[in-house]
Amino acid sequence: MDFTDTPEEAAFRDEVRTWLGEHLVGEFAEIGGRGGPADETSWDARVEWERILGRDRWVGLSWPEEYGGRAANFAEQVIFNEEYAKANAPARVSFFGEQLFAPTLIAYGTEEQKRRFLPKIQSIEEFWCQGYSEPNAGSDLSNIQTRAVLDGDEWVINGQKVWTTLAHRAQWCFVITRTDPDAPAHKGISYMLVPMDQPGVTVRPLRQMTGTAEFNEVFFDDASTAKDMVLGEVNDGWKVAMATLGFERGTAFLSQQLAFQGELAELIEVAHKNSATDEATIRQRLAQAYIGVQIMKYNGMRMLTSLKKGALGPEASIGKLYWSTWHRDLGELAMDVLGPESQIVVGEPGDDYALNELQRTFMFSRSETIYAGASEIQRNIIGERVLGLPREPKIESAPKEKT
Amino acid sequence: MNFAFSDEQEQLRDAVRKFLEAKSPSAEVRRLMETTEGYDEAVWKQMAQELGLQSLHLPEAHGGQGFTFVELGIVLEEMGRVLLCAPYFSTVALAANAIMNAGSDEQQGAFLPGIAAGETIAALAFTEPNGKWDASGITMEAQGNGDSYTLDGTKMFVIDGHVANQIVVVARLSGTNGEDGISFFSVDGDASGLTRTPLATMDQTRKQARLDLSGVAATPLGDPGSGWAALSKTLDQAAVCLSNEMVGGAQKVLEMSVDYAKVRVQFGRPIGSFQAIKHKCADMLLEVESAKSAAYYASWAAAEDNEELPVVASLAKAYCSDAYFHAAAENIQIHGGIGFTWEHDAHLYFKRAKSSEILLGDATYHRELLAQRIGI
Ligand SMILES: Cc1cc2nc3c(=O)[nH]c(=O)nc-3n(C[C@H](O)[C@H](O)[C@H](O)COP(=O)(O)OP(=O)(O)OC[C@H]3O[C@@H](n4cnc5c(N)ncnc54)[C@H](O)[C@@H]3O)c2cc1C
Repeated sequence: MDFTDTPEEAAFRDEVRTWLGEHLVGEFAEIGGRGGPADETSWDARVEWERILGRDRWVGLSWPEEYGGRAANFAEQVIFNEEYAKANAPARVSFFGEQLFAPTLIAYGTEEQKRRFLPKIQSIEEFWCQGYSEPNAGSDLSNIQTRAVLDGDEWVINGQKVWTTLAHRAQWCFVITRTDPDAPAHKGISYMLVPMDQPGVTVRPLRQMTGTAEFNEVFFDDASTAKDMVLGEVNDGWKVAMATLGFERGTAFLSQQLAFQGELAELIEVAHKNSATDEATIRQRLAQAYIGVQIMKYNGMRMLTSLKKGALGPEASIGKLYWSTWHRDLGELAMDVLGPESQIVVGEPGDDYALNELQRTFMFSRSETIYAGASEIQRNIIGERVLGLPREPKIESAPKEKT
Repeated sequence: MNFAFSDEQEQLRDAVRKFLEAKSPSAEVRRLMETTEGYDEAVWKQMAQELGLQSLHLPEAHGGQGFTFVELGIVLEEMGRVLLCAPYFSTVALAANAIMNAGSDEQQGAFLPGIAAGETIAALAFTEPNGKWDASGITMEAQGNGDSYTLDGTKMFVIDGHVANQIVVVARLSGTNGEDGISFFSVDGDASGLTRTPLATMDQTRKQARLDLSGVAATPLGDPGSGWAALSKTLDQAAVCLSNEMVGGAQKVLEMSVDYAKVRVQFGRPIGSFQAIKHKCADMLLEVESAKSAAYYASWAAAEDNEELPVVASLAKAYCSDAYFHAAAENIQIHGGIGFTWEHDAHLYFKRAKSSEILLGDATYHRELLAQRIGI
């Protein structure tokens, strides 16, 4: 056991710190690190900031150097994220492109696809969104019905996606479609890259409980994409889709612990100011939150150590279940610390419904135990694939309707 | 950064596990828990002579091997896994640490070699009938000066106090209160004026005694009156040790639950295929893994003896207490009726989980301590 940086790690940390010190100034320094991947606060300034990050190759840190990355290993990625959080730098806008799509593209894409898409993700010229969920395919993702049919040199796509975060910002969507309706559910799926700016694609915002509308419905009516815009083999997209989910559950969140730690520190400050810390039960819960966020760090370090030895397996589910539950508890605690004040939102009656930061945590954290695999699904994965408990017996499904 | 045990540490774990599987199977635990002494003299000697367990983290100058709290934690985890009945926690995790923290080098030289060799069983007597774990709970007063003091009063809940040949007693100088005046003394197990009464413990695998002292001659360990820092550190180190011990038990009950859930069939399917059971197991795994992270990290902080120790000691004690008790309770539920029988081991772990949770202060106590320590 050794919790200090190796000389290489220390040098890397130094480089990150120096760069952030030089660039995170003025307007950018004021945005602060708030907001998750699905939060549009200060969007334009955050985009501008991230273009600077991308220019200096801090976006795409882990990509191979031939694609403009720094080939950073996991330890370096964590160091970058630690320093980024410590500097209270702006929340990232390119989550879906950089953190989810790019690693999948690197693993499964053709050389041409990589050359086409990676540079524009890094330069923050193209945003991506994730077209997985449908009205009848949420946790049971393999039930997707969106169809794609090859017509000459083009795929023609029809169907509907839902809960598509930032679809209204995105130029591209990675969409899973059914390309062989006769094959078993997992077999006839393809992973397609679809341009959003075309007549066949309609994006309709869905207003969330937060009052804002970061996610959307996306309709495909004879939308099209080129024949070579399939990642991996045709009808073999399930595997690719799962790889993306693996990144989403695992490494993408490996380093948000520090941001959480910051949120808790702020909450403790608030509790001091309004004397909530005089109450024994609040003290208990704040201490419990502190214990939770520290253990999140220790768990992360253990996970990272085992990552150095091999790949992250279904254990990622433990991390996902852990952080989402912790954050939800923090949101609830924040409201109790604030007391009656927690019930007054920002602005005047009649204004747009607007929340302050702690209220946003309270609300947004309700989605974190749902997206990227709901907590119940994570528990199934842990039970079945980590502990080896038997699966639930399959219910004989009704014969599929042919469409 | 590297958060894993070294190969040597894993080898130590393997060796200890093999030894304990042979020496402390369930039948042996059940035999010893019914005795008053609560341990097997021959195994205690073998632990010292064959594996050097008592001497592991003691200084080399005093008969020890100079390993750290990380190795000690591994050993305790393995002991917790099998509910070893032996005065190890009292002797090594409580008394030896107290002697190292409070005693002069000369005093350490007088007491530690006996512990290292497995000849001395030692106990730390600091709690009293008031059941408090902090300085205010220590009301026993010491009279005297120089090297000669006498002690009067009662110490309660003293782990292995009835079998110890050496007892480290914490008392206070008369007229002091709070953290002032706390003092350590060494008392012989057979000192005149000392009456030791074994207590009937709920957790029969860990024995406790009541010690009544009446004009008992006591030798100071370190400077009388300035012992609080040493006691506080001893309790933090012991909390770290206990956290590791609890992790061993928690992992074991998780395994029992998962194994049973795979084979017990109801409604035509293994109960582990029901989500109500599967999700319990998943939550147990999450908590057990998190408890390991906390306990191991705390071992490291204790080994480094760094300024993080007080905070992480309370952090680990609070989390591991909850995690172990929760896992031990769920284990009974998952086993159904058989889990409620005397014959099944589930209750042994359940009782050990509870006694460990209470020992050194429960989770609520440590969360409050933590709150103070991080400035809430
Ligand atoms: C803020 C937010 C952003 C999102 N962004 C995107 C996005 O960008 N792209 C995208 O494709 N999707 C996105 N999603 C959708 C998300 O992936 C789904 O909501 C999620 O997969 C759950 O599906 P569902 O909503 O249909 O719920 P359901 O699957 O219907 O689940 C409802 C409840 O049933 C439980 N349940 C379901 N199956 C089981 C089971 N087998 N065992 C036990 N319990 C079960 C669930 O855990 C849940 O509690 C987003 C969701 C949210 C909230």
